[in-house]
Amino acid sequence: MTRTPLPGTYRSPRTITSLALVLLIALSLITLIFGTYEITPAGVWQVLAGGGEGLDRYIVLNQRLPRLVAALAVGASLGLAGAIFQSVSRNPLGSPDIIGFTTGSATGALLVVLVLTQAGADAETAATGGGIGTGLGAIAGGFLTAALVLLLSARSGTSSAGHKLVLVGIAVGAMLSAFNDFLLTRADLEQAESAKTWLYGSLNALTWNSVWLPAVLICLAVPLALCFSRMLRVLELGEDLAAGLGLPVQAATRILMTGAVLLTALSISLAGPIGFVALIAPQLSHRVWRTPGAALWQSVLTGALLLVAADYVAGHALAPFQIPVGLVTGALGGAYLLWIIVRKG
Amino acid sequence: MISHAPRSSLVLTTGLLVLAALIILSLMVGSRMISPIDALSGLFTPGSGSASIIVWQLRIPRTLAAIAVGVALAVAGILMQSLTRNPLAEPGLLGVNSGAAVFVVSGIAALGITDASGQMWMALFGAGLAATAVFYIGATGKGESIARLLLAGIALNACLSAVTGIITMFNSRAFDSYRFWVVGGFESRELSVVLTSTPLLLAGLILGFVLIRPLGALALGQDAAAGLGVPVPLVQAGTLLSITLLCGTATAIAGPLSFVGLVVPHVLRLLVGVSLSRLLPLSVIGGPILVLTADIVGRVIAIPSEVEAGIVTAFIGAPLLLALVLRLDSAGAHRARKIKRISRSEGKDQ
Repeated sequence: MTRTPLPGTYRSPRTITSLALVLLIALSLITLIFGTYEITPAGVWQVLAGGGEGLDRYIVLNQRLPRLVAALAVGASLGLAGAIFQSVSRNPLGSPDIIGFTTGSATGALLVVLVLTQAGADAETAATGGGIGTGLGAIAGGFLTAALVLLLSARSGTSSAGHKLVLVGIAVGAMLSAFNDFLLTRADLEQAESAKTWLYGSLNALTWNSVWLPAVLICLAVPLALCFSRMLRVLELGEDLAAGLGLPVQAATRILMTGAVLLTALSISLAGPIGFVALIAPQLSHRVWRTPGAALWQSVLTGALLLVAADYVAGHALAPFQIPVGLVTGALGGAYLLWIIVRKG
Repeated sequence: MISHAPRSSLVLTTGLLVLAALIILSLMVGSRMISPIDALSGLFTPGSGSASIIVWQLRIPRTLAAIAVGVALAVAGILMQSLTRNPLAEPGLLGVNSGAAVFVVSGIAALGITDASGQMWMALFGAGLAATAVFYIGATGKGESIARLLLAGIALNACLSAVTGIITMFNSRAFDSYRFWVVGGFESRELSVVLTSTPLLLAGLILGFVLIRPLGALALGQDAAAGLGVPVPLVQAGTLLSITLLCGTATAIAGPLSFVGLVVPHVLRLLVGVSLSRLLPLSVIGGPILVLTADIVGRVIAIPSEVEAGIVTAFIGAPLLLALVLRLDSAGAHRARKIKRISRSEGKDQ
């Protein structure tokens, strides 16, 4: 699997970390500088320093900055949530999707979008401007679904809890996704299209109004979740050994899962369900940093890096059209996986 | 272990009776109801009145389509799960559905193909191409080829769905068609669509049945199977070909019905055990029962309009799966508790 590092090719983790940080800052600056409306790097610098012209200020501070902040926050929280899920479920493909969270949140958001537009607000506001409402719908739907799945699979039985959780999650997820398709076919074309943009996961046209609250919460939640990483390290030794070392295994698993679900919920409330970052970021950081167990803070960094890069591609690949960033992460993630498979063969 | 032989013959007879009843029901039910006698007389004397026209023009193509799709998806599901030795593997993992979706969507966007038979050919072509790509990527190289095949399928699925997403983002007409196609249903399927795809489907079905024995040996592991004289790569390639033929035609006829290939094998396995030689014939009955029931329920649940079979399938199949998983599980727990209690009381007696 992993090649043993030769003495000559040793990479210190600190070098990698600083490289990643430099890359992240560079990408952030590129996102701020380049766009359909041209601003010189010097102009952007003036704006960031507090000066600059009116229009420049507006574009940078009210259009590009909120989007960048959202990309950083969503990427960070998805990366960490993925790392926690993969470590706790001991499955490299583990993600919040298994317990039906993503599908449920999509149902919640779809209901909000379709009901709001039915009530008279125009479709565009419901999907983007009224992002708070959609986000709340998504969170409510996600938590209800996750609770339902956990409740159904928590009944006593002989088969292992994990196996039942997966089956129940798949069954509930299949019903909800059929319901989502049903909602989409019964809506007007215009409603369906705005709902679809949300469903793909998009950072387009975000404003501070919808960004600041989830972003602040994510900034609080990520360090908090990282505080529990000691538990995760012990849990990685195996449940029996962890219990022997004095860790309350059940409670620890539950706390960590809740944390990961909360992080996912926050990111969904901001940008909709963005695929593949939670899957790829932990895998990539585990390989690049060569961590012994799950790479936690590294996944935060990688997740943010990936999403900022993907968002730049989404905004510029087919400019002036804006691709939803979820589609870009899907395509990039798929291509990355294909590359790994082909290279190994 | 308990022998499942009497139970499997019970399941077989019940299944056949239910299927026959469903077929007759499917000829009767719709936006215009026909009595059973009229339906049967219309069936046996074509061209004898309005009932016979409805039966022959609308209900029969639709019923045949539902049966064909049910058979194909259930058999493909069982083959897929025994090939990968993973009870959660779905035929859709081979990229068949997403490949079909890309071709249907680009057919609408670039060539303006919106009629059913045109879409069928696009879907068939896309499904075949995607599955070939997955085989090719999965088969090159050494090591555990099935695991790599699944990964290749997941990766290609992600890429292709992104392409579908981008096309539907920028082409409203393609999106409008796509959102109805992706649900999966049998409304206004022509007989010609079913008849064109039948040879492919039959080929896949026969191939699948030929492979029952070698696949059973493969369940012991690749090395053991090779030791028993099974040509492992040939069997794997044949199974994949069979799955692609079955699943591709099903998607071409009805659009992607994703849940059937998962739920029918699971339910049958809970009923009659894991033996392939029992599961595969029973799935030929079980698949159509689920799909036909879904289609009939969808026709009557929201008269005068219809709910597509793809949606109803999930709403029938998922609770069924849930009920079986939870019931069998708690029954097992009950039995375990009972045994514990008995052994404890015996301990007291001594």
